[in-house]
Amino acid sequence: MKLNYRIVIFALALVFGIVFSVPSLLQTEGGKKITLGLDLQGGLHMLLGVKTDEAIKSRIKSVAASIKHYAERNDILIDNLTFDDESVSFEVLDSDEVKSFDEFLKKIDGAQISQEGSVIHITFSPKEIKKIKQLAIDQAIETIRNRLDQFGLSEPLVAKQGKDKILVELAGIKTPQEEQRARELISRAAKLELMAVDEERNARVYNMSPADAAEYGDVILADAKNPKIKYLVHEIPILDGSMLTGANVGFDQNNRPVIDFKLNAEGADIFGDFTGKNVGKRLAIVLDGKVFSAPNINERIGGGAGQISGNYTVLEAKDLAIALRSGALLAPIYLMEKRSVGPSLGADSIKASMVALFGGFALVIIFMVVYYRMAGVIANIALIANLFLLLAVMSLFGATLTLPGMAGIVLTVGMAVDANVIISERIRELIYEGKSMHKAIEEGYANAMSAILDANITTLIAAVVLYVYGTGAIKGFAITMSIGILASMLTAILGTHGIYDMLEDKIRKSKDYKFWFGIKG
Amino acid sequence: MEFFRYKSALNFMGKSKIAIAFSITLVLLSYAILAVKGFNYGIDFAGGTIVQVKYDKEAPIDKIRERLQGNKLFDNASITEFGSPNEIVIRMKTTTGSVTQDIGDVTREALKGTGNFEIRRVDIVGPKVGSELREKGIMSMLLAIAGILIYVAFRFEWRFAVASIVALIHDVSIASGFVALFGIDVNLDVLAALLTLLGYSLNDTIIVFDRIREGIVTSKKTTSLQEIINESITRTLSRTTLTSLTTFFVIFTLFMFGGEIIHPFAFTMLIGIVIGTYSSIFVASPILLWFGFDVKKYHEKLAEKAKREAEKNRMREQFESGVM
Repeated sequence: MKLNYRIVIFALALVFGIVFSVPSLLQTEGGKKITLGLDLQGGLHMLLGVKTDEAIKSRIKSVAASIKHYAERNDILIDNLTFDDESVSFEVLDSDEVKSFDEFLKKIDGAQISQEGSVIHITFSPKEIKKIKQLAIDQAIETIRNRLDQFGLSEPLVAKQGKDKILVELAGIKTPQEEQRARELISRAAKLELMAVDEERNARVYNMSPADAAEYGDVILADAKNPKIKYLVHEIPILDGSMLTGANVGFDQNNRPVIDFKLNAEGADIFGDFTGKNVGKRLAIVLDGKVFSAPNINERIGGGAGQISGNYTVLEAKDLAIALRSGALLAPIYLMEKRSVGPSLGADSIKASMVALFGGFALVIIFMVVYYRMAGVIANIALIANLFLLLAVMSLFGATLTLPGMAGIVLTVGMAVDANVIISERIRELIYEGKSMHKAIEEGYANAMSAILDANITTLIAAVVLYVYGTGAIKGFAITMSIGILASMLTAILGTHGIYDMLEDKIRKSKDYKFWFGIKG
Repeated sequence: MEFFRYKSALNFMGKSKIAIAFSITLVLLSYAILAVKGFNYGIDFAGGTIVQVKYDKEAPIDKIRERLQGNKLFDNASITEFGSPNEIVIRMKTTTGSVTQDIGDVTREALKGTGNFEIRRVDIVGPKVGSELREKGIMSMLLAIAGILIYVAFRFEWRFAVASIVALIHDVSIASGFVALFGIDVNLDVLAALLTLLGYSLNDTIIVFDRIREGIVTSKKTTSLQEIINESITRTLSRTTLTSLTTFFVIFTLFMFGGEIIHPFAFTMLIGIVIGTYSSIFVASPILLWFGFDVKKYHEKLAEKAKREAEKNRMREQFESGVM
């Protein structure tokens, strides 16, 4: 027995491999572990798109609302306040007031203002439109992340993918109901609007078409509980959810869950002004285009607190409060890709790939011993070390193990012995040429090196390309392949060489080629 | 134990004409299959919806079909057994963009009363994502080939690089032909298998080329390239067979026991391993021969290089010993 630097490095690597793969193998409490991919543990993967055009529309709408409020507050008479998908226009009746209005409009970010006589026309610059769209995406990511953080699943992943896509990954979803809840929470616009009921015309609402309503600057909205009940409200809201500072679940006098919300100072001002001027009329509390309630305004309401009552369960109220708190989505989102795997399928996949892994592993190990005898045993030690090392590195990086990743490990087992096959064949050749066993081993390693390196590097090139261009589960395959190849250089080349070095004395004395390399010599 | 014991070089190159004819036929056949039948693109690349349902008994396929008929969401849906008679998949070309309305829930509702079942998987890939994945897939294939080409040209010589790339294209073409012939669902995992194949088949080729390179350096100037190649292939034959066998073993167990989802991947790899092994012997090396790699010239080049190196060393020694 002889110690040498190779065996020391190999032993260290093996210890490192065992120590750091233990948390993953035994699922201990502490320590870094390999995370199972959604395809193995079950879960929901979604790629979402953002309808950014809608963000422009809603920005236009909010500009219209602020113009209206400014005019009312400063007693400026305006007329024909209209807006479409891209622009707002209105007429200032007293041309002397145009100037002061101009001051106000200039404060709107990115607004392009043009004037024809007393008609003012507002659009957004292309730069601003790009900014709004980008903001809608970033804000959607932020909002969805906030909502999911409060949903109660461990480690939800929300990330931007590419320029305009949102990746959402939720592990550990157990039931279809839970998935449904998560999807609703994610996609809920949570757009709160306080709107004035058009009391003059509301009586005729059931005989009106949306086009008729639009003529008066109104929209028809349905009741949330009973869609048959309709309301006619002014299209431009009094204020919206952006002025919300808080939303919590509370209970009304009948002990039914409600949502209490609070407005910020600006919102409270507007709310107070409006309720003061409209006593006796109704105020519609509109959430995502549905009227939740339309109470009568009995007096001016200061302080900016309100309540949304609806027919919901405590759980629904909780989700809604989360959605309101984390803010509205500036633009609606839509589904581009979805992959959901039930936990039982994930468990089946783990079982199946484990059987394949151990089956393949056993076959290779037996084969190597039968074919190469002692050299095979040494190669097998390296193979086992390779597996531990692979698991350890993956655990340390917190890498994700997917089903293709499992296939990658299986494939690594098949390919990692390749280096030892190449070396052993070289050694056999040299023994046939009449070299001593010790000499054959040294030269065998030297001769095999360039082939092994070139072969491994080219495989690595393919693996890296797969990693860069692959998505999701395929990345997992590329990772296990790459780590497996790198680890095999340490174990299969350096490790086995170290073992031979350690056994050098015995090898020098022995003439038993059959025992060491499985040949007659 | 030993499969082959080297006695004298086997004449592989003597049979290269037959091999090449065989290869060309296979490749052309593959292209014909690809042209006529084409890939059976799965949802990753074509876009679409898959719902996987598992029953506790045999799945009542006729009943399921009946239930789904008439529902617009399931227009042109195909319902097939998946792995076992208890499990089915419903495949559709259509997708829904709604986050809240889920095809899984719709299916659950529609199949109510057909037995005890569980919806195990719902995959939806929208058309935009599908086309993006397709572009990325083609890009990755090209990039991998380019990367390998550059590496081999750098480590060996351009003729080696071109020969190995021809062998790679040969392998991927034939493997693709088989995938199309058997109507395997082409998804991302099959692409991964094809890319792995690139690496794997190149492994085999490089081991042989490494020997050829070594043979060229150590051979006498009078030895022909053909002899060197035959010698190199024979000497690496044990290794080639062994590694192919061990890899074949593990992929075969994956194919048999790895479960239905991993099937397309394992199938592609199995075909690829066989083709890759064959091509490293019978495709890559003959091409090298036909490119007319000149052993004599190579030796001259090596001698030249060695001379320059020696000259440099001599100068350095002189410099260091203070002669200059």
